[in-house]
Amino acid sequence: MIEIRSLEKYFGALQVLKGIDLTVEKGEVLSVIGASGSGKSTLLYCINGLEAIQKGSVVVDGTNVHAKGTDINKLRQKLGMVFQQWNSFPHLTALENVALAPRIVKGKSRTEARDIAERQLRHVGLDDKLNAYPSALSGGQQQRLAIARALAMEPTYMLFDEATSALDPELVGEVLDTMRLLAEEGMTMICVTHEMGFARDVSDRVAYFHQGVMEEIGPPEQIFGEAKSEHTRKFLANVR
Amino acid sequence: MTETIDFFSGFGANDLWFLAEAALRTLWISILSIAAGTVLGALCGWLIYEGKIWATLTLTPVLDIFRSVPLIIQLVLFYNFAPIVGLNLDPFASGVVILTIYTAALVANVARGGIEAVGRPMRRAARSLGMSYWQDMRYVVLPIGGRAIFPSWIGVALGVMKDSALVSVLGYVELLKASQILITRTQEPFLILSIAGAFYFALSFPISRYAAKLEERWAQ
Repeated sequence: MIEIRSLEKYFGALQVLKGIDLTVEKGEVLSVIGASGSGKSTLLYCINGLEAIQKGSVVVDGTNVHAKGTDINKLRQKLGMVFQQWNSFPHLTALENVALAPRIVKGKSRTEARDIAERQLRHVGLDDKLNAYPSALSGGQQQRLAIARALAMEPTYMLFDEATSALDPELVGEVLDTMRLLAEEGMTMICVTHEMGFARDVSDRVAYFHQGVMEEIGPPEQIFGEAKSEHTRKFLANVR
Repeated sequence: MTETIDFFSGFGANDLWFLAEAALRTLWISILSIAAGTVLGALCGWLIYEGKIWATLTLTPVLDIFRSVPLIIQLVLFYNFAPIVGLNLDPFASGVVILTIYTAALVANVARGGIEAVGRPMRRAARSLGMSYWQDMRYVVLPIGGRAIFPSWIGVALGVMKDSALVSVLGYVELLKASQILITRTQEPFLILSIAGAFYFALSFPISRYAAKLEERWAQ
């Protein structure tokens, strides 16, 4: 369970998160929507401790992410993350990209790490690209590689930060399909996304962020059908 | 025509051997200085990148000095003034010290650029997998940044190898000093400098070729 309490985050004098309260249960798929600069991506970075916070707390399975004594490297193994820019390691093959962290972080043997990597690459449909370098892969394939790389750490939660925003339109589908697959398998996911179709079809709940505030959260039927907030309705009218 | 006494003798096989030995000494002083200078420079580059305030305030101006003052001046100053503070170094050791610092000053900039080349998003991706700061450094920043700056580093290394000729002013008999000795005896500067040049070429050419091969392999 991820519990976010009164979370406040500043970049310098600019407040980007203004007191967020949010709980994500295991098995849940939460989509976070909102305009650019609404703080939704920053929220993800605060959850896995890539950004420091100024007030409030983030607790993952009982561990306070931002507390002094927390072993953040250990905790991050539970929190897989996929970024807008896929960030494949360019000097490693697809297989090595996925096998690296299990080997050096979890201390798996080379063969174990290789098996894990093969399994995860098959999982995302890249079993024919095991020995390809990222430069030989399309954006969609590299993003699926990034998903496999995160899954290889056997995370409890997956955080997706606009995973399809940087992709050419014709490549968005394959990545969304992979994310759908994970959702069907019961993975707990927080997806910051601009894909309203995905948010509507796959999510258990949808949260709308507006200028650092979580304006509204609820089941997709509610958000897309009868949003209570004026801002939410306006935003959805504009993106459709 | 009257006979003159000949003080000079021609260039012989022994002299070629003499030059070859001197070339080895050039190679040796270069390898030592480049290796030590690279390690020191990488450390300085990392400190400056991390923006530790004292590193920026102290290291940057010091490295600027070593980068900007001609090497020959650094060598002569160090060799002559080090004994005053109790450092009695022979020409070889003095040469290694100055060439190392000079290399470090050049490599620091290159290394900092290499870390910057990897970029924050890539490093966050590595950290998000649970890698520690040092694992990220070792397995992501070093190989990616290292490849990005490899051509520049090779340029620095080859430059330092050629610049090691300046250690001759301290009397260390490397390739250039050996050539000067032979020229004094044989009075054949054209031949001997050509041979010395060929030796320098023979030292650097394989390195730059090998470097080009590596780059090609990485580019795939």
